[in-house]
Amino acid sequence: MPQVKVFITLKPTLLDAQGRVIENALGALGYDNVKQVRMGKYIEMEVQGDTPRVEREVREMCDRLLANPVIEDYRFEVVE
Amino acid sequence: MKFGVIRFPGSNCDQDAYFVVRDVLKQPVDYIWHQETSVKGYDCIILPGGFSYGDYLRTGAIARFSPVMSATQEFAERGGLVIGICNGFQVLCEAHLLPGALIRNVGLKFRCRQVQLRVDNADTPWTCATTEGQVLTIPIAHGEGCYVADADTLAALQANRQIVFRYCDESGVPDLAANPNGSMLNIAGVCNPTFNVLGMMPHPERASESILGSADGRRIFESVLQSVQQTGGFVPAH
Repeated sequence: MPQVKVFITLKPTLLDAQGRVIENALGALGYDNVKQVRMGKYIEMEVQGDTPRVEREVREMCDRLLANPVIEDYRFEVVE
Repeated sequence: MKFGVIRFPGSNCDQDAYFVVRDVLKQPVDYIWHQETSVKGYDCIILPGGFSYGDYLRTGAIARFSPVMSATQEFAERGGLVIGICNGFQVLCEAHLLPGALIRNVGLKFRCRQVQLRVDNADTPWTCATTEGQVLTIPIAHGEGCYVADADTLAALQANRQIVFRYCDESGVPDLAANPNGSMLNIAGVCNPTFNVLGMMPHPERASESILGSADGRRIFESVLQSVQQTGGFVPAH
């Protein structure tokens, strides 16, 4: 069954408060070469169907539920 | 005037809202379970605060697909009065009944304290018992109350006077220091273009009796009563 990996990220125009705190914490650990930390979400699922159908449905799932287009971008991979 | 307080799994300000309507406003009120498919017979629907569905995925994202939300959406589209408080505001944004979205507070802290709100528009069913520029003291209690929207949406909100409340200092100035969560334009509450739907992060139901430190929240509930009395109320066709 095709496995789907969905990556959801906050739009680049929005301040990612969590990403900034992570960046500061990494800096405190001595990794002062780290910049632009952004935190997102990762969703894995198995979806039955041929690839075109799975791609169409996953896009719909992202638009309707998995991501909020007002604040988030998404991309996904379908692995046969 | 009959109120309905929607209960989602994880709502936790439902009893406070119910108490204010029944014991402070002395109006009839029912709880409405999220599995209900009708909101028939109500004049005003309250979506209370809390953590519906554990805030899983995004705040309000799952609750918006509850059966009762389809009925609420229809009710709102026909002009019915709907107020979302805190988590209720998040649900209304997810349901696209209000523009924008609410994300994690800048600074990540859960903010729980009294704040000052400036009434930016007193010409709504939710604020007609206040005056423009009036400063209300009402508590907030949220971790994800940072209001965001794109530039076009913000411009439209301003042009249509849909920004109803902004975080401000005690003299009514909505500056950065008075902003508890990073909300764009210090926005604490917005309406839809027809003003029958309001979302706000502060909790008026926690500030409706002076024994609680402020009774300013009561002005919002009294506004609703006043507006319904003046207009004869809204009776949606079912």
